[in-house]
Amino acid sequence: MADLQEGGSGENIWSRRNVLGLGGWLGIIGALNAGGAALVAMLFPRVLFEPPTAFKVGPPSTFNVGEVSERFMKDYRVWIVREDSGFYALSGICTHLGCTPRWLGPENKFKCPCHGSGFRRDGTNFEGPAPRPLERVKIVRADDGQILIDKAVKFRKELGEWTKPGSYLKFSGNA
Amino acid sequence: MPDLQKPAKQSLADRIATSAVWRSVFRHGYADTPRNRVLQVSANVWLHLHPSKVRRHGIRYRHTWCAGGLTFLLYLVTVVTGVILMFYYRPTQEFAYYDIKYLDFDIPFGILMRNMHRWAAHGMIIFIWLHMFRVFMTGSYKPPREFNWVVGVNLLVLTMLMSFTGYLLPWDQLAIWAVTVGTNMARATPLIGHEGPFGPELGMSPRYDIRALLLGGSIVGPPALMRFYVLHCIAIPIVVSILMILHFWRVRKDGGISGPL
Repeated sequence: MADLQEGGSGENIWSRRNVLGLGGWLGIIGALNAGGAALVAMLFPRVLFEPPTAFKVGPPSTFNVGEVSERFMKDYRVWIVREDSGFYALSGICTHLGCTPRWLGPENKFKCPCHGSGFRRDGTNFEGPAPRPLERVKIVRADDGQILIDKAVKFRKELGEWTKPGSYLKFSGNA
Repeated sequence: MPDLQKPAKQSLADRIATSAVWRSVFRHGYADTPRNRVLQVSANVWLHLHPSKVRRHGIRYRHTWCAGGLTFLLYLVTVVTGVILMFYYRPTQEFAYYDIKYLDFDIPFGILMRNMHRWAAHGMIIFIWLHMFRVFMTGSYKPPREFNWVVGVNLLVLTMLMSFTGYLLPWDQLAIWAVTVGTNMARATPLIGHEGPFGPELGMSPRYDIRALLLGGSIVGPPALMRFYVLHCIAIPIVVSILMILHFWRVRKDGGISGPL
């Protein structure tokens, strides 16, 4: 831009028209940017009306050993599996592209209808395009003895997270 | 303030203004003369969408296949049938699926309008590819028409986006899961997706990234239906219409339909 130090001759000084013109353009650009930023902000609501990520699923005694419970699939998209030694909760989101796999009891596997990915009972992928195991979600006992699931906390096997506390609920009693 | 700028500091602007990309968009400068001002009105795109004359080869089917024209015709079909469908369709969780059923079974010619809309959309994609193939094989993408090729590629992408957004509107299992899959790919967008390269480093999360912007939330739910509806019926068609006008205008301004080889 113009060099103000050399002023005096009138050649290199900004004229009033230059200054006002520049100011006008800066104002227009600033207004457009502010409007664009406001539009982007407006596309992200402060509140979403989506199902809660944490919920109680009842006391442990309501689940049978060796069962893959589908009771909470429809509302929360989570399977709850009980073994001899405890519980884990699998997220019902295929790790390929996010469809919902189906639990095929007789074949002892989860099978995704979209592109054919297959997962074993523990969630490990073994066929189809899925690149990694199903994710487990946080499962703990709440204060009132019920099982509490929190889908916001996820555990990925390939990151070694299935050994972390919260990924598995040890339980062998009948209470 | 062009008279105040020193040559050394103009170099970047000059380099941009003389670059091949800039020259492909604006082939020559604009001399602000009274004559040009009159011409700006009389040669205005709105007044001159239709050419005053075409060359003989331009109307030979074997040269053009009329693929671009058929694409435009099919676009008009989708616009007309789409507006008719809008009389009955409500983009909400409660009504969307049943309005489609209603259209199919209880509206006279409703199923015809719906199928015309769908097949015209499929046909548009097919004819765009044929058009691109023809333009490529006849070398019509070469200068001075290279900018119009770029406009055409943008039209192709926008047309596919119209198809994609329209796919969700029936709100059936196919629609929901296809869009689930499609928008999950957006997670991996570089910089602006929460699973893409440099996405998490830039603060992207499932709640705030490009996918959430598309869906209006973190799942394919009612907000996503509304967003896709608005994009499908309003936003993308407006942009496409503007680009089509530019596209047709540039065909003529770049020397008409290219001659046979």
